Amino acid sequence: MSRGRPGRDDSPDRLYTLTGGRSRAGSDAFDLVTLVVSESDPVPGMQSEHAAILRMCRYPTAVVEVAAGLGLPVSITRILLADLHDTGRISARHPRASYRLPDHDILEQVLVGLRNL
Amino acid sequence: MDSVTSEQRQTLHSTADNGLKIVVVGGFGVGKTTLVRSVSEIRPLNTEETMTQAGETVDDTAGVAAKSATTVAFDFGRISLDTHNVLYLFGAPGQERFWFLWDRLFSGTLGAVVLVDTRRLADSWYAIDRLEHHGTPFVVACNDFGGPAHTPAQIRGALDLADEVPLVFCDARSRESSKQVLITLVEHLRTVVAPAARPVPQPIPEPTP
Ligand SMILES: Nc1nc2c(ncn2[C@@H]2O[C@H](COP(=O)(O)OP(=O)(O)OP(=O)(O)O)[C@@H](O)[C@H]2O)c(=O)[nH]1
Ligand SMILES: [Mg+2]
Repeated sequence: MSRGRPGRDDSPDRLYTLTGGRSRAGSDAFDLVTLVVSESDPVPGMQSEHAAILRMCRYPTAVVEVAAGLGLPVSITRILLADLHDTGRISARHPRASYRLPDHDILEQVLVGLRNL
Repeated sequence: MDSVTSEQRQTLHSTADNGLKIVVVGGFGVGKTTLVRSVSEIRPLNTEETMTQAGETVDDTAGVAAKSATTVAFDFGRISLDTHNVLYLFGAPGQERFWFLWDRLFSGTLGAVVLVDTRRLADSWYAIDRLEHHGTPFVVACNDFGGPAHTPAQIRGALDLADEVPLVFCDARSRESSKQVLITLVEHLRTVVAPAARPVPQPIPEPTP
């Protein structure tokens, strides 16, 4: 798998091919830290990025980690993830805190975790 | 205290289900990646987002060449807090073009650390402005590059920092020091999100069949 500087050497053509030129419908649900888990194994003939995602996400893996692993911009990664989600090949564990203030319980848990570092 | 097991963890717990974000923002070379590396259980990873100035991410790639696209790189590290909560730390450049992407990347962030080099305080003005404007709670951490000593009052003055914003000194190369910066931020968040000041939580309505 190529792990060079992401994005830089990706021609628009390559990105276009990856996403079939689709826009981001449905992919907004994926926060940078949404944890993705594979629900199936790669199958022969699958788009290689899709297969790579399924291998990467055998354990929970954040969207941003998937993007870094694929060497692709976050927006493109979100579209690839939306494909797999639509077909039930991955599940998504969305952050509980997005779009609202974190609650005290979460902050308390973060503090405990940090103090234990 | 050293926790070798958590430092060497490469995969998350299978029960991990809640990702959290803290953003470390600051000027060039101020130590963002160093701070992330000091506390992260993984080697910091790098990724990018691309967006047109009009505010669309570049996924409709046919128009990339035509529109002026902004690409920003950022790096991140990870701390498994417990078997459910995973904290992601993002190192983000503070310069102007980056802020086009703030909402898209960092909505729902717990808060931010503004990392500053006291020899170049003006580099962080813009980031502080934007965070205040966004209402994102933050702390200011002065990274020790061995410049002339400044008093907290001098730094607060130069940054025009509100009294309630914590100001700390750190050495981003030190795990303990970097950890203290994060703890200061989360303790600050607790005061910002005081129970009394919070809206009463509304139950999420069940979808009606
Ligand atoms: N003396 C000293 N040097 C530091 C400290 N923190 C970082 N450095 C050094 O400063 C340089 C820049 O640190 P980075 O962590 O790469 O800074 P950055 O903010 O990520 O830089 P960019 O991503 O390029 O903007 C490196 O050579 C670090 O080793 C510190 O607390 N004290
Ligand atoms: Mg850096």
